[in-house]
Amino acid sequence: MHNDAILSVKNLEKQFGPGCSTCHNESTRKLEKNYCPQCGTVYACRNISFNLFPGEILGIVGESGSGKSTLMQCLYFDEAATSGELILNNQEFQEENVLELSSQQKRYIRNYHFGMVYQNPLKGLKMDFSAMGNIAEKLIAAGGRNVAEMESIGKTLLEKVHIPLFRMKEEPKRFSGGMQQRVQIAKALSNNPPILFLDEVTTGLDLSVQASVLDLIKTIQRELGISMIVVSHDLAVIRMLADRTLVMLNGEIIEEGLTDQILEDPQNPYTQQLVYSLL
Amino acid sequence: MNQHHFAFFDEGSKKEIRRTILKAVAIPGYQVPFSSREMPIARGWGTGGLQITLSIIGREDCLKVIDQGSDESVNAVSIKKLVHNTTSVEITERTQEATIIQSRHRIPEIPLQGGQILVLQVPTPEPLRQVEPREYMTKILHSEEEYSGAWLQLFEQIMKYGRTATGADHPVYVNSRYVMAPSPIPRFDNVKMNESDALILLGAGREKKIYAIPPYTDVQSLAFEDYPFAVEEFSGKSCRFCGATDVFLDEVLDSATGDVHYQCNDTSYCLEQLNSHEKAKEESSYA
Amino acid sequence: MGYVAVKGGTEAIDASLRRLQYDRLKGEKILEIETILATMKSLVDQVMSESSLYAPYLAALAIKQAEGSMEEAVFIMRAHRSTLPRLYYSETAETERMEVKRRISASFKDIPGGQLLGATTDYTHRLMDFDLLNESVEMNAEWLHEFAKEVMELKPDAEVKYFPKVVDYLRKEGLFKNYSMDETSPFDITKQSIQFPVPRSARLQTLTRGQTGAVTALGYASLRGYGQVHPTVGEVRVGEIPVLISHPHELDESPENHYYIGEIEVTEVESFVPVKVKNEQNVEQLEFEIGYGICYGQNETKAIAMSILDQCLEHPASSFPTHDEEFVLMHIDSVEATGFISHLKLPHYVTFQSKLDSVRQVKKGEEQG
Repeated sequence: MHNDAILSVKNLEKQFGPGCSTCHNESTRKLEKNYCPQCGTVYACRNISFNLFPGEILGIVGESGSGKSTLMQCLYFDEAATSGELILNNQEFQEENVLELSSQQKRYIRNYHFGMVYQNPLKGLKMDFSAMGNIAEKLIAAGGRNVAEMESIGKTLLEKVHIPLFRMKEEPKRFSGGMQQRVQIAKALSNNPPILFLDEVTTGLDLSVQASVLDLIKTIQRELGISMIVVSHDLAVIRMLADRTLVMLNGEIIEEGLTDQILEDPQNPYTQQLVYSLL
Repeated sequence: MNQHHFAFFDEGSKKEIRRTILKAVAIPGYQVPFSSREMPIARGWGTGGLQITLSIIGREDCLKVIDQGSDESVNAVSIKKLVHNTTSVEITERTQEATIIQSRHRIPEIPLQGGQILVLQVPTPEPLRQVEPREYMTKILHSEEEYSGAWLQLFEQIMKYGRTATGADHPVYVNSRYVMAPSPIPRFDNVKMNESDALILLGAGREKKIYAIPPYTDVQSLAFEDYPFAVEEFSGKSCRFCGATDVFLDEVLDSATGDVHYQCNDTSYCLEQLNSHEKAKEESSYA
Repeated sequence: MGYVAVKGGTEAIDASLRRLQYDRLKGEKILEIETILATMKSLVDQVMSESSLYAPYLAALAIKQAEGSMEEAVFIMRAHRSTLPRLYYSETAETERMEVKRRISASFKDIPGGQLLGATTDYTHRLMDFDLLNESVEMNAEWLHEFAKEVMELKPDAEVKYFPKVVDYLRKEGLFKNYSMDETSPFDITKQSIQFPVPRSARLQTLTRGQTGAVTALGYASLRGYGQVHPTVGEVRVGEIPVLISHPHELDESPENHYYIGEIEVTEVESFVPVKVKNEQNVEQLEFEIGYGICYGQNETKAIAMSILDQCLEHPASSFPTHDEEFVLMHIDSVEATGFISHLKLPHYVTFQSKLDSVRQVKKGEEQG
């Protein structure tokens, strides 16, 4: 692990399907994109390694099917990685591969150290519970047992994400898409996590709403200094948020570097294509 | 009934249920699955409690059965009759005489003693059922001690109503490990489970689960720090027969006058109170 | 001395039981067990199947005691079964060895061994038969005599003929997957409570003793669209199968040393359901799978519905409730469903008082706030 990194990923692999004699071995593998035509196994993430440093926003960009969302689900334990290591710079789990911990310990890490904002608010929110209840859920999971305290944290966060407090007892199902996303962000921030994952958070929102959500994320990052991993297919989002960027294609990282560098001088032909289409 | 075995079951069945009980005692608050037998009374009518009672009862035992606090409630009578017909054990209405007390929805007012066993009938043993309908999932939640769902329900009630609005069956934390349904006893009785002198066994026949609170176990009702757990409110009210004030009261409406009266829900407790008042009166008249 | 408890409950129950007895006796007719056995076979079959106790005589007694109520009769049988020690497991009963009295296939016109219509109500016209009002033992005896004469004129085959399974024929063609024999002993749902996900043996046991109406309703729901299984009935067969046990203390377990303890009548259904599977070259192909249904006695609707549900539960990924094993298996048992529904008749004074208190406190809070 890089000494300064807050999170390190080493050789992470994720495959869907059992694999067959030809694709098991990396050298004899003949994949079409990330797919073995022999047995139908999908190699969604292949040999992924990177570091996340304190206070930075790391962008992961790629087309749909590139493996970026699967990677994030593995990091947040929504999916079990096939192999590889995830190491946190954390007193409790120092030097330990947290991918191999028990489900109870993984839940602990999610509750205390991670925040997640999903593309689909249905995955991140309980639509039939109040906005305040949704924020409290994360706080309760992290040991919160005082209603007044949780309510005051919730109010601060809802204000921060521009949800009017007179609506805090309403259910998110009555909110607009942009508002739901902002409630998700408030919920993800509630336990003050050192690491926040953002998965295509602006996809599907109107352009003006997108801008306000991105602005919000940028502000939060500046104020709280949280390390973030932002996954998006949209280079414009990455350009606005990320300090550093990984480019993924067919389950592999094909290019990485400072975001400005990648945008100005892309090396990989695929990245070049991606950048030029943006201009 | 002579053609039937002592305590209805064959010995193999009793042993199996006793093994389940032992496991339940060893892991307080954990729901142990068992292959619940079909009983001569209907599922949902106390078959879980009855199976426990029948598998632990011996000829020396003395049994009390109550339903909604009453020894004479029809279902209590029916259960008593079945146990008596198959075992001939002594039946009592006095809480302090009983070695086994089978009850639905109440814990008696007279404090239970060491050596006594309270058997509670349970309709829905899963405290997380309203949060998660699938048994497969609730089992995982218990194993990971993931109870945010149960807490969140209380939190939402506070948000909506300004206080928790649970009725009976308010969930409890047992031995700081398992969240458990105490069976639909009123909140008033929850406190009696904490550090109980008596062994408490809970049986759910239809849902095929047995669980237990061994004597002197820590049992806390789920509550937030700033919204303490509250029992039913009977302040300023007393039993119209015996005058008791610190008991769970039934509300009775006088259809003729429209007046509301209160009386002890625990009928045998009320009777004892009345008799002890009577005795005191007699003694004072002699003096 | 002092106050004594009022025996209200005890007295009320006594009176209720006497009234029940009066209602049973007041018509002044007695139904003999033999009469039930002789004339109510479908009812007896259904009671045995739902109570999972094969005992026609006891089932008839339960029906008499329950005054014809299915749920009560099943309930009595199940409770009785709880008192019986279970001493043996039988050897695997082979339905190829069935003495078939009815056997049809909806898949093929000519099946090896042939179709055998047997006794069925399928082609009766459901017209009220007023002749039955004047039925007499003498007339029936005469009919039976004529029937026996006709049967005598038929020449029976020299050899006992067993019917091969329709599926074996298709299996040879590679349309069904070949499975190796699974000799692990089945899960016993009467000795262990089922845990999810359940093994198939536990699933089949739960389905076969399910309430006929419930199993039929869920099977129908799947067929109609709330499910993804639309089968072709490969084979329905009804008949007796022999039940054998091995000697509990002798080590020699060869079939010659098994003891024949009797035979049971069952209805067995194998439904053929087309499924998409990928072969080794990753090409999607159509194959057939079997939905299996079996139940005591002759109850073809239930067995077919069971075969649909078996196949539904084999594919749990579907979002329909008929494919959800907890939804299906937890809600079809007669004793459990009727018991819990009927328990709502029990007093709930304490729980209601507790809820009432909660609602009042909330109201009070609102008024003050």
